[in-house]
Amino acid sequence: MPVPVLFEYLLRLGDNCLILSQRLSEWCGHGPVLEEDIALTNVALDLLGHARFWLSYAGEVEDEGRDEDKLAFLRDAGEFRNVLLVEQPNGDYAMTITRQFYFDTWHFHLLKELQASSDLRVSEIAQKAVKEATYHLERSTDWVIRLGDGTDESHARMQRAADDLWQYTGELFETDEVDREMLASGLGVDLEKLQPPWMEHVQKTFAEATLTVPPGKWMQRGGKRGIHTERLGYLLAEMQFLQRAYLGAQW
Amino acid sequence: MVATHPTTNEIWSWLDEIADPEIPVLSITDLGIVREVEWDDIANEFRVVITPTYSGCPALDAIADEIRRCMREHNVERFRLTTQLAPPWTTDWMSDRAKQRLQEYGIAPPAHSLIQIEAAHPVCPQCGSSDTKLVSRFGSTPCKALYTCSSCLEPFDAFKPH
Ligand SMILES: [Zn+2]
Repeated sequence: MPVPVLFEYLLRLGDNCLILSQRLSEWCGHGPVLEEDIALTNVALDLLGHARFWLSYAGEVEDEGRDEDKLAFLRDAGEFRNVLLVEQPNGDYAMTITRQFYFDTWHFHLLKELQASSDLRVSEIAQKAVKEATYHLERSTDWVIRLGDGTDESHARMQRAADDLWQYTGELFETDEVDREMLASGLGVDLEKLQPPWMEHVQKTFAEATLTVPPGKWMQRGGKRGIHTERLGYLLAEMQFLQRAYLGAQW
Repeated sequence: MVATHPTTNEIWSWLDEIADPEIPVLSITDLGIVREVEWDDIANEFRVVITPTYSGCPALDAIADEIRRCMREHNVERFRLTTQLAPPWTTDWMSDRAKQRLQEYGIAPPAHSLIQIEAAHPVCPQCGSSDTKLVSRFGSTPCKALYTCSSCLEPFDAFKPH
């Protein structure tokens, strides 16, 4: 396996978890109720754990002295490989839950497949992470139903969130050279094959939630190649500030 | 010189005295965090293998430090501590004694990992009633969920089947 391709693939896996974890952490102390504040930060913690597994491995593969911390704190926006969905702002609670639901549904199926990776390390990380991702998906599915089939206000907000974020879901299944090479080697998964089960779960959940699956076909893309929305820069400014201002600072 | 070193059983019993930092009523061996203790003849050292409960468990570093301290305290200089992810940690590794201790501590012990959380219905550790309901899928740590008891009306943490 050529190093740059595997490195790139691992960055994508790690950055998705890292950036979403950071977004969820922004809720810490601001959750609508105490239980949700705790739940969001617990999900953030799981995802941060996954990010550490992937980025540590990426650093070892690259073999240029960058560990998980250097990769997380000392790269600029253009070097991040997360999908655009996870960097979208928290918005209201409907936005946060819907972003999580779209992501969790994909993440669960991705990890399920990655368990069979030909790379032992990738397989082991996926086996560990899928247990937590399963739980995340149960939780976000519950909330989509509860808020979608809730009051007029919560329903309207959920439909708006579902519509607004829809344009970022296409990138989850977009397959490029890196994905194709990883798939051919047996290390990666066929992202296009994740789309039908993803759609099935979204349709089933939205039906129960009395929400309409957005019809839009036009999709935003670019995050996987380092072309991000301007929102990522603000997120990184906060996440990276300490390590940028005090290089190598430790607790 | 003939090197003497403790038996693996002795090491297990020392490690069994290290409390989990977040649920101090359980030891790290009760929880199934310590996976292996063995003497490596070739490297001439003990190998201690630990595994995280949840991926983001912030206590794992503290646990590793405690193990190192414990080994040094018992004059074991030659050991290697490694972390392993697979097979992934499950609450099924928790001993019966551990489940009993949790119950007494006020945390409902986990059902079998294949039982989904909706069906798990933990028994209230306060009054023993099984008329309980899920309030939130996450409690004060990732490994717990928050319930309330409909009989005594007390809220309680339950260890999630995982
Ligand atoms: Zn009770």
